[in-house]
Amino acid sequence: MSSHGSHPFLCDLHDLVILAEQVGAGNVRAVSRLISLLENHPGAREALRLLNNSSRGTMVIGVTGYPGAGKSTVVNRLVSVYRQRGLKVGVLAVDISSPVTGGALLGDRIRMQEHALDHEVYIRSMATRGYHGGLAPATGDAALVLEAAGYEVILIETIGVGQNEIDIVDLAHIVVAVVAPGLGDEIQAMKAGLLEVAHIVVVNKRDLPGADNTLRDLREWCPNVLRTVATTGEGISELAAAIMAHQQSRGARLVGEARNC
Amino acid sequence: MAVASAPLRILIGKVGLDGHDRGVKLIARALRDAGMEVIFTGLHQTPEQVVNTAIQEDVDAIGLSILSGAHKTLFRRVRELLKEQDAEDIALFGGGIIPDEDVATLTADGVKALFRPGAPIQEIVAFVKGLKPQG
Repeated sequence: MSSHGSHPFLCDLHDLVILAEQVGAGNVRAVSRLISLLENHPGAREALRLLNNSSRGTMVIGVTGYPGAGKSTVVNRLVSVYRQRGLKVGVLAVDISSPVTGGALLGDRIRMQEHALDHEVYIRSMATRGYHGGLAPATGDAALVLEAAGYEVILIETIGVGQNEIDIVDLAHIVVAVVAPGLGDEIQAMKAGLLEVAHIVVVNKRDLPGADNTLRDLREWCPNVLRTVATTGEGISELAAAIMAHQQSRGARLVGEARNC
Repeated sequence: MAVASAPLRILIGKVGLDGHDRGVKLIARALRDAGMEVIFTGLHQTPEQVVNTAIQEDVDAIGLSILSGAHKTLFRRVRELLKEQDAEDIALFGGGIIPDEDVATLTADGVKALFRPGAPIQEIVAFVKGLKPQG
């Protein structure tokens, strides 16, 4: 049993140095604990300076959208796509904390449990803990930890409330907004906020009635609109291709490039 | 909202081929209402999935509902895997239809508490709260 085998953690520098080293070696328990420390103790941010984040070509993909539109299921499918390309994938799934009790029911990973036995996939649920903007206070720090641990693609799922939870824009290289049919007319598509900041809009559940209308309305105003049925995987390879095309257009390193050539 | 101390993080789920999830959902909701962060894995998990998830989520405890009769095998397997992963500091508790003699065996094997039909929810919440001294 290591000397770091139990909670609570003391945030002394020696502990943080060891933890940062273990994170760099890809140790999953160390990754988990450092993320908890960053969530619970502001002093733990010192560890971020000890991490080696240089020369990593990690791509950060934000997935946002309306509640129940299928964000977790889309994320689950994207994890499969990147795993097929041999990439290590990290997922940060954010759900809301109760403003009344501070408690939270973190249920995003129910849709992702098929990856629970894959050691190259790390999934972490985070609660907002009173923070506004669609993410948890430590989500950005957690992404740095995953990057230092060698995760090559990081998918961040926001709480997905509405039109003003757009902090993901500052954190992700690309933002995918997931919407479902039947949630409003063309005017909704014209409003500022969520859809304004998305690089790609996905109409999920395209097998439901009204999907074609939603698609038409969105295409009037958003340049890059795709359709998927995430439960079956339909349209997911097109989505992955669109994400890659976007990366290419902004001149960033391609996801999977390092492994494929 | 200021968070005075770190909330407890608890994994709640069901293992094995048992689809009766009304009880486990009530527990998850009650722990949420008690201010905890509940990671809900849903149905049909294997012990391996549960333990990997617990480690990734850095939970303080794992609570499993088992109504299938396979409680001895499943709880023991989870304990075994926690040991293998050097993660025995994660407390294991559960609930279900479990005979007296099995309760004794399983608690001897390291399961911290087992709650059976009729157990008051407040008792379960109080037990989980007591797992980590709060400041």
